[in-house]
Amino acid sequence: MPVQDFEKIFQNKIDGEVKIEPKDWMPDAYRKTNIRQISQHAHSEIVGMLPEGNWISRAPSLKRKAILIAKVQDEAGHGLYLYSAAETLGISREEMINDLHSGKAKYSSIFNYPTLTWADIGAIGWLVDGAAIMNQVMLTRTSYGPYARAMVRICKEESFHQRQGFEALLVLSRGTKEQKEMCQDAINRWWWPALMMFGPRDSESTNSDQSMKWKIKRKTNDELRQNFIDMIAEQVKVLGMKLPDDKLKWNAERRHYDFGEINWDEFWHVVKGNGPCNKQRLDARKKAWEDGEWVREAAAAYAKKKAEREKPKAA
Amino acid sequence: MKNFIRKFYYGDIPEEKGGGKTDFKTSGHDWPLWEVFIRSKSGLDHKHAGSLHAADAQMAIENARDVYTRRMEGVSIWVVESKYITASNPEEAGELYEPAVDKIYRHPTFYQLPDEVNQM
Repeated sequence: MPVQDFEKIFQNKIDGEVKIEPKDWMPDAYRKTNIRQISQHAHSEIVGMLPEGNWISRAPSLKRKAILIAKVQDEAGHGLYLYSAAETLGISREEMINDLHSGKAKYSSIFNYPTLTWADIGAIGWLVDGAAIMNQVMLTRTSYGPYARAMVRICKEESFHQRQGFEALLVLSRGTKEQKEMCQDAINRWWWPALMMFGPRDSESTNSDQSMKWKIKRKTNDELRQNFIDMIAEQVKVLGMKLPDDKLKWNAERRHYDFGEINWDEFWHVVKGNGPCNKQRLDARKKAWEDGEWVREAAAAYAKKKAEREKPKAA
Repeated sequence: MKNFIRKFYYGDIPEEKGGGKTDFKTSGHDWPLWEVFIRSKSGLDHKHAGSLHAADAQMAIENARDVYTRRMEGVSIWVVESKYITASNPEEAGELYEPAVDKIYRHPTFYQLPDEVNQM
């Protein structure tokens, strides 16, 4: 069968909402796009543990500490679900990890911002996880089966992340003057980077069109960003705080909030590796990987020894 | 593990931007891949939950507990090394399932019965 026929069958499946599974034929570019997107998503979960891990030892109470540990452990789990989903496309775990450490693979730029105060942990849960959820809920319906299934699992767990973050901010917003200021300061610093998480404007994004046709993505960057703004602009009222945007205003005609211009120079700056913490994050990842080398080696040696010891019994 | 279910019709994954290059250095300690099956409660079948890497079966069970049952999602875990799973080929689905296609009399709805016994 000529390649064009395979492509037609493939697109028909997508149009008919039939999921693509690992052994099915798929265009090379579909495979590549999925590998890139899923592995970047996995790297984001893994690197995302670092800014939060920063506050585990300094959480304000035992309760908050236990919650934060559970959340960070979830992020590790999410990374693992996604790495396995990417592996079904023919890339190995080790290749992906090497690509992350060499700087070839990207992860979400949001994790290159520092966590300066405890309120940042709340703001990350509410805004950063909130923005991630908008993307992830859409991705539960993505066309590649293993990715969609990983996202269903992740979404079930992600709601706890956002709620605990909002609740942590809620406590601060009802606290002392200093606590209120800390809450507002965290919102000020995380708001714009959170909006950047949705990626470039539709007019500039290179991945969106083909990804929409293949139903890898089902909503555009701008649509998702607008949904997020509409949601957060209401929720911030409950906290009695303000979003740092003078132009943020309900537009009755559009039935959406209007908002100010995002600083795209900053966005590209951080994507290209010059954010406040890019180097620190990658160094921490590499150190963890290198420090763990002896554990991986020992476990492999132990498994080999055990297998050899069991061999004569089987014979 | 790299060749697990790997199949390309026109060209390998090119190096640029796609993720995945062919010249990566391997440490030789890349643990094998395991498929994880979880029984969510007694009385139900084990169901495929996902996969993970582990050095041996015991570690695969323990990793599966941490990765797939953090919220009491399971009462029993099976793990099997992925290389031991043989899968049917989707391209041969037509021939493989052909014997079932024309046997509609295997379905209860094939039989038209009088109303009196139609709850049968």
